[in-house]
Amino acid sequence: MDQPLVIKKDTTARSDWISHVERIRDARDQKAFAELFQYFAPRVKAFLMKSGADATLAEECAQEVMATLWHKAHMFDPSRASVATWIFTIARNRKIDLLRKQRRPEPEDLPWGPEAEPDQEDTLVLQQESELLRKALEELPDAQRQLIERAYFGDLSHSQIAEETGLPLGTIKSRIRLALDRLRHAMK
Amino acid sequence: MTRINHHLSDPILMAYSAGTLPEAFNLMVASHVSLCDECRARVESFDAVGGAILEDSALEVAAMSDDALAATMALIAGGAVEPAPKASVRKDSILPAPLQDYIGGDLADVKWRSVGMGVKQAILPTSKDASARLLYIPAGAAMPDHGHRGIEMTMVLQGAFIDEGERFARGDVEIADSDLDHTPVADIGEDCICLAVTDGPLQFKSLLPKIAQPFLRI
Repeated sequence: MDQPLVIKKDTTARSDWISHVERIRDARDQKAFAELFQYFAPRVKAFLMKSGADATLAEECAQEVMATLWHKAHMFDPSRASVATWIFTIARNRKIDLLRKQRRPEPEDLPWGPEAEPDQEDTLVLQQESELLRKALEELPDAQRQLIERAYFGDLSHSQIAEETGLPLGTIKSRIRLALDRLRHAMK
Repeated sequence: MTRINHHLSDPILMAYSAGTLPEAFNLMVASHVSLCDECRARVESFDAVGGAILEDSALEVAAMSDDALAATMALIAGGAVEPAPKASVRKDSILPAPLQDYIGGDLADVKWRSVGMGVKQAILPTSKDASARLLYIPAGAAMPDHGHRGIEMTMVLQGAFIDEGERFARGDVEIADSDLDHTPVADIGEDCICLAVTDGPLQFKSLLPKIAQPFLRI
């Protein structure tokens, strides 16, 4: 990697990301966008670099991902995903498109389609669960959290992770499974 | 929606969510999820794990350049890149939307090629690290005897097949690794149409299909 990853302390409150997106959607609010950008763009860039992009490409691509967020703010449905999850899926699709030069087949839309107005209670439950999931992830032992992170952010198959970490494949699979089980358990 | 008994595994769904699968496998997951609400929910929960990692306070971040925000605002001012309009999806088709998309139409538009014994196939255009194809097996007929390197996944779109004593019907996926030497047989009653993906070429056992293999690209 030609540019070091800089550890940044997270100082932005997360709880109001939804209102940020709504302000962009309703008022083209540049201040709300700048705050989202400050928090998420460096994370998206890190994700792309860990997936194999060089710093220049990752920078460019992270900007495109954030621009997509602006343009598609009206498509965000807080009863189906957290803002972070939504941004992750945009960045993931861009990664496949750009780095892997492939199309990403998407599942058929559900027959009932997106609701005009997301249900308030669905939104509340989904956002609470996302917060639980985030906390559960942070509370995992380091080794397990890092393996999950690598599986998502490394563009590495399990066998490649094995080569890099020197851990036997069976151990990695069982650790990832263990980590997922723990996440599930923490969600109950 | 028919009851699905054979689902995709967690590692596959997680890799679909992470975006690390070959295109042919992505096509399998997207097609299965189109028919299976349970796996759709699991994929969305794996997406949520991706979101949680993106928000993880321990995540290493990569500093953006100083003018990144201004550059992005300029990008935004340039307008949205409109994706190509999607072809309309036929709801009465046995093919889920992602497959209609890859075929560029419906079942009638599939360009079948015979592989012998009444079995037909059509290779779908995906990246070369894995292959996807539709298989057409007449009712009661057997798939040509084959083993394979790597993983093979077969999902039923129409009819059913029996393999190793188990029945696979619409939406069911059979996952076979290279150890399994198997001969799926289409159930009587209806011709069987499947989507099959593999990350290694098939190896046919009998001589004739083996000779034909390089020509058929399977």
